Amino acid sequence: MKAALAIVHDAAATGSERAQPAVRVLDVSMQYGSAAPVLSSVSFDVKQGAFLCVVGPSGCGKTTLLRMLAGLIQPTGGAVEFFGSPVLEPSRDRAIVFQDYTKALLPWRTVAGNVSLSLEACGVAEPERQSRIGQLLATMGLAHAADRYPHQLSGGMQQRVQIARCLAQKPRLLLMDEPFGALDAITRQGLQEEVARLAVESGTTVVFITHDLEEAIFLGDTVIVLAANPGRIAEQIDVDIPRPRAQLEARENPQFLSTRHRLFGLLQGH
Amino acid sequence: MPGWIKGWVLPVLLLIGWEAGSQAGWLPLDSTSRPSLVYQAALDGLKDGSILQATWQTLEAAMLGLAFATVAGVAIGIMLGLSARMESATRPTLDGLRPIPSVALIPLALMLFGFGLMLEATVVAFACFWPILLLTIAAVHGIEPRLLEVARTLELGALERLRKIILPATLGRLMIGLRLAVAISLVVAVTVEVVINPRGLGSTMMAAQQSLRSDVMYAQLIWLGLVGWLLNALTHRAVRAWPGGAGAPA
Repeated sequence: MKAALAIVHDAAATGSERAQPAVRVLDVSMQYGSAAPVLSSVSFDVKQGAFLCVVGPSGCGKTTLLRMLAGLIQPTGGAVEFFGSPVLEPSRDRAIVFQDYTKALLPWRTVAGNVSLSLEACGVAEPERQSRIGQLLATMGLAHAADRYPHQLSGGMQQRVQIARCLAQKPRLLLMDEPFGALDAITRQGLQEEVARLAVESGTTVVFITHDLEEAIFLGDTVIVLAANPGRIAEQIDVDIPRPRAQLEARENPQFLSTRHRLFGLLQGH
Repeated sequence: MPGWIKGWVLPVLLLIGWEAGSQAGWLPLDSTSRPSLVYQAALDGLKDGSILQATWQTLEAAMLGLAFATVAGVAIGIMLGLSARMESATRPTLDGLRPIPSVALIPLALMLFGFGLMLEATVVAFACFWPILLLTIAAVHGIEPRLLEVARTLELGALERLRKIILPATLGRLMIGLRLAVAISLVVAVTVEVVINPRGLGSTMMAAQQSLRSDVMYAQLIWLGLVGWLLNALTHRAVRAWPGGAGAPA
């Protein structure tokens, strides 16, 4: 089943890679000391090229889960695998977009400089680096802001810079931790469409954390709803609304409404 | 009356009173000298180069000591700031060493280096090391943890992390520590010279006092005040000229 559904963009991929999920979360638990567990027995796969949204109330451990996928923290039980290898450390292959963009950008570097950081880390040399920066800024609608500093930009623009920086490292997995949570509704909807488009174009696997159910359904191929105390999977559901999805049409799609209806109760349940 | 004029009223009045009191014979000439004589001594000292040479010797020792302290303080401060384990392991040692008055190290430094530049520079370095170390540790603790996570997810090596994240993120506060240390360096350098080291302004002032040349002593004292003021003004400007926002992410 996995082999049949995997979207593989690399024609040279071998049969075994094709069968392999990008991310495999196996019976993962997280407990700090003797406190109540943050996560308990969470298991799921993310297929290559899939867009997974994890939605849940605050305190359900969704950020903890994302930090495990990034390799920033280790689960106290179970394992996280990335293309078959255990995730023990952060890797450039797995980029993470943090919610608090003001803290995640280098305030002493310009927009171009912040994007450059990733390319420098990847060892991209100078002439190529400049052209890559130019492309990325154009893709994210930041070309006019290349020489500005983060504090001179709006929140939405700053988050675009962070996304550009993450795309610059050409990750196989893009992790996003409530990236639009602090933005106004209009900015948020614009960025949702762009991220959806970029994910499809690049074929990157995405795990997207949010507390906004509609955002999760709009973006996700699959939506996982987490319940809190302890954090565990309450429901996992596939969303088959065709792409590209436009805000208005997608949100009026019968499947959008039925999915929303079904998951809404789960989120209100506590 | 503009503000800057107001500030000059008191010193000018004091100078006039000093000169007049001395001319009238109210002030003992051998200990208090007289502005006109001090001015002449200053001119002579500047003309024959003795004041400038002594000034250079004092600044040389102060800056060398400051350089030692900055290198050691920033390097150790960053290590301890990044590693809570190392900090707690070294904390008792540092807390034990820190209260030692720097000038109490003069006998030890004299045994190790003899008279001269190194004696003075090491005592200055010891005095300047502490504010730089403590402010560096605080600056590293103040780095936004998110930035260190960004460095981890980008797999930056230790050197790259230092150059691209840690140093730029701490520079603002490092400059504050440096400014403090500059002031301390001059105080300690002159102290070592007054106490024992036969070089620099502290030493020439002692020599003037011992040969009952109070005019020369006052000339050098006022000159030293000017040097200190200038040094402070320069470092203040350097700190303020540093690109804004380098220290604390807004």
